Amino acid sequence: MAVTIQDVQHIAALARLALPPERAEATVRELNTILGHMDVLARVDTEGVQEAIGIGARGLPVRSDSDGPVPLARALDAFAPSLRDGLLLVPRLSTHESTEEA
Amino acid sequence: MTAGERPRSAADVRKEVRNGARDTQATVEQALQRAFDVKAGMDGLNIFVSLDDALLREHARGAATQLADTEPGSLLGVPVAIKDNIASLHHPTTCGSRMLKGYISPYEATVVARLRAAGAVPFGKTNMDEFAMGSSTENSAYGPTLNPHQTDRTPGGSSGGSAAAVAAGIVPIALGSETGGSVRQPAAFCGVVGVKPTYGRVSRFGLVAFASSLDQVGVFGATVDDAARGLRVIAGHDPLDSTSADIPVPDYTLAGTHSVKGMVIGRPKEYFPESLDPRVRARCDAALAHLAALGAIVKDVSLPHTDLAVPVYYIVAPAEASSNLARFDGVRYGRRLPGDGLRGMYEATRTGGFGPEVTRRILLGTYVLSAGYYDAYYRKAQRVRTLIADDFGSVFGSGVDLLFTPTTPTPAFRLGAISDPYEMYMSDIFTVTANLAGVPAMSQPIGRVDGLPVGGQLIAPHFEEDRMFAAAYALERALGDEAHR
Amino acid sequence: MTAPTMDALLANWEMVVGLEVHCQLKTNSKAFCGCSAAYGGQPNTNVCPVCLALPGALPVLNGRAVELATTAALALNCTVHPVSVFARKNYFYPDLPKGYQISQFDQPLATGGHVDIGRRADSSPIRIGVTRVHMEEDAGKSVHDRYPGVTAIDLNRSGVPLIEIVSEPDMRSAEEAGAYLRVLKQILEYMDVSDDSMEEGSLRVDANVSARRRGETALGTKTEVKNMNSFSGVERALEVEWIRQVGVLEAGGTVQQQTMLWDGAAQQVRPSRTKEGSHDYRYFPEPDLPPLVLAIDWIAKMRHDLPELPADRRARFAKDYGLGEYDVDLITANPRLADYYESVARAHGDPKAAANWVMGDVLAQLKTTGQDITTFRVRPQDLAGLLNLMRDGVVTHTAARQVFARMVATGDAPAQIAEREGLVKVNDDGQLAGWLDEVIAEHPAEVERFRAGEKKLQGVLIGAMMKKSRGRADAKQIGAMIAKRLTSNE
Ligand SMILES: [Mg+2]
Ligand SMILES: [Zn+2]
Repeated sequence: MAVTIQDVQHIAALARLALPPERAEATVRELNTILGHMDVLARVDTEGVQEAIGIGARGLPVRSDSDGPVPLARALDAFAPSLRDGLLLVPRLSTHESTEEA
Repeated sequence: MTAGERPRSAADVRKEVRNGARDTQATVEQALQRAFDVKAGMDGLNIFVSLDDALLREHARGAATQLADTEPGSLLGVPVAIKDNIASLHHPTTCGSRMLKGYISPYEATVVARLRAAGAVPFGKTNMDEFAMGSSTENSAYGPTLNPHQTDRTPGGSSGGSAAAVAAGIVPIALGSETGGSVRQPAAFCGVVGVKPTYGRVSRFGLVAFASSLDQVGVFGATVDDAARGLRVIAGHDPLDSTSADIPVPDYTLAGTHSVKGMVIGRPKEYFPESLDPRVRARCDAALAHLAALGAIVKDVSLPHTDLAVPVYYIVAPAEASSNLARFDGVRYGRRLPGDGLRGMYEATRTGGFGPEVTRRILLGTYVLSAGYYDAYYRKAQRVRTLIADDFGSVFGSGVDLLFTPTTPTPAFRLGAISDPYEMYMSDIFTVTANLAGVPAMSQPIGRVDGLPVGGQLIAPHFEEDRMFAAAYALERALGDEAHR
Repeated sequence: MTAPTMDALLANWEMVVGLEVHCQLKTNSKAFCGCSAAYGGQPNTNVCPVCLALPGALPVLNGRAVELATTAALALNCTVHPVSVFARKNYFYPDLPKGYQISQFDQPLATGGHVDIGRRADSSPIRIGVTRVHMEEDAGKSVHDRYPGVTAIDLNRSGVPLIEIVSEPDMRSAEEAGAYLRVLKQILEYMDVSDDSMEEGSLRVDANVSARRRGETALGTKTEVKNMNSFSGVERALEVEWIRQVGVLEAGGTVQQQTMLWDGAAQQVRPSRTKEGSHDYRYFPEPDLPPLVLAIDWIAKMRHDLPELPADRRARFAKDYGLGEYDVDLITANPRLADYYESVARAHGDPKAAANWVMGDVLAQLKTTGQDITTFRVRPQDLAGLLNLMRDGVVTHTAARQVFARMVATGDAPAQIAEREGLVKVNDDGQLAGWLDEVIAEHPAEVERFRAGEKKLQGVLIGAMMKKSRGRADAKQIGAMIAKRLTSNE
């Protein structure tokens, strides 16, 4: 199962990382080398073995609906890159994907 | 004081402050002076990424000067260095990354709040591999930290700055974080004590996530006692972390009075392979001999899935990381780089903000979670992870109290010596298992090879840090100066 | 080209619809942090380290959200699972702070439910399967048109608790889809799991729709239709999209699996411009939250403590209060109206009279003012008091309506109003006889004609009496009095 340049371009797009063509090729090689070491796992018999989810946990604790939030020592304007009238600003979307992802 | 000389212990500092011999301002002043001397005299070492003298002096004045006598484990007046991925209110929290340059957290990690409540002074932020991804602190946007013992060597990583801060005698205690050995490995390389608690023992609230199911805040100490004191203060249930365990925390400093007589210490053969540096092996055997002389029973055991740990780790950790690091998008905080439209801004910010190793792991993690590959990689790895955890369960269930292993296959390697990513990953071979299984483990100095420290690792069952500390105290006493020779 | 009629298309083609409904849970705080979940507020003021996704912040689940989600799931006849797992749904969007939504994926809270939305001609129930009910968090809000060239983000809603209710593709028409949504909304209102005044818009609906030739059993390629903001919008969008699909199929084409956006203003669907294939959410179990474990006993107790379901209440009202189907449906449409009615009926004792008033004057009043029954000025015990006054002959029906109008305006008790406004029924024969004398004197022509046998003129005379008494006379009593006086020989 070798990683292709298309795979790398796809995952870079998913991860919102820009990969110029020469980096993409190097990344293909690096990922294939690393994943080559993972092939050993395919040979392990894991029939009937549970996935390690919440290892050692004793269920999920829940909090009271009346608990307040952890306070902010500084307001958004102390750290937000772009703020106006209390709203965070980002470049306008070319497509309104919002309805797509809601 | 020279490099590697042992600093005054946390217990001594606290005693002096309590009996009025010195005050918190004096202890902070001394640590600042030592940090300055180290910077000036030892090629800089590049230990701290932020250390604001004026701020620390102000905090020293405001720090608790008296705590109730019922607080025997307090850290009154003790300066404690903090890894740069743990949120503190005043110094920046940048995770060694350009992405968070200048970002000052508007809230505080639970562990930092607990340190302050115990009278300690959070002492600057220490260098680290970017987002804790690395084993040498070379992946920092601030440049590498140097090993105080030999400055051409790495201090290990990712918590290299914290390990070096203790090794250089600046602070008796430092906080680090572990995902796959990032406290124990640098502790071993720097000749100090490093503890990775049981997963769930210490709150992760405010620890910037790398891989949530593996991450745990850990403690460095100049001595076993320093580490025990540090852990005692930060450990315990935190309602702000859903993976935090509600299990009482014993006073680990009392473990120093426990005997190891009759304790069964397992020596897992997978951690002593043919290829192990014979000098490291010799140091381990010597340490085991000391424990045996104290009445411990050393037993050969096997953890058969050990060789699968690094492959499992390098699937699970990058997978979680790829998701955890999605929040660094230039929208709410941190650095934003302009690009074409929203997508361009995302890509410019993330591509410019993350270094090569972080980028590599995000891509790897995205790949193993992506459609069509999830079952073969992520699901498979999570199943094998269960087998690795079961190995520990079986061996601890068979009457073995603790395991003893080398912390690392070799002493500290040279800066720049390892350029192949997977070869670097393999340096975690003896440490990632404890993270995968969630069990507590620690490293302590057991001697030197060519002047470089060698670490011995103790691994205990879940929430049995106490037992681990008992053996560590005993071994430290038995080794005496041999630990640093 | 003229569009073919629905009926013509329906002769050969069948519509297959499944719905995904998001509903906000009624909690004080958000799903995973203690911030207020209330609507509104200055932008980005209900935020904290967790819902801003600051580095190092961690989620902690709101226990109340679990209770409400469980209640909803049980009401929809689902099996609630003792172990469910939160997962991360990964995608980038500026109003999604963490870069992933915490949701549930392959181990949801509940599965395998159903709701009945009506009866077929053969009286068998039209049953819609509920595939699953899972918990998740809402995203923030993106405002695209406020400032030139930029999108503005408000994270006050980020992390608000939702349930997603996914149906089986069991609906066969837009009307069935609409009926399902109305039944669903009613059940959720009865369970009191969502906001008090649940508008249609507070249920966000995405629809999966496909077309297939009648007689076929395999499902056709579906599209997902989004962006509808009312139930009627859903119905209309389904019709429009289905007609489009049938058009494609009849022309020999194939339907593309894609997301369509409903444009309510243009009454059109258009393909979303997002590239397909870029959807790869990389779900995996949320490592910050161990599996949610619910005790079997707790689930059983939640089932036992479930509020009365709409169907149960309808049956009970029909049986206990002897109301007809139409009355029951009207009164139980909304649980708060049903509660109101029940309080009036119990306090007054005559359920039929109570029903007439609630369905008549009360609903009319609410409709005129656009008020909600919960804030209606006339409380049930006061309405019952008014009905008691009528029953006891203290006020006449006509006067009662005047009293009611004053109750609506002032919120005062009916007896007090009747007294104050002089609307208490006049039983004094002397007073009534005096008024009758005046009426006879003022209406000589009518009196003459009545005496001559035009009995229907009695109504005019009664009306005149009522006017004189300002409604305080009993119409029946006056009628008898008129008849007696004008037919007796003087
Ligand atoms: Mg959803
Ligand atoms: Zn919040």
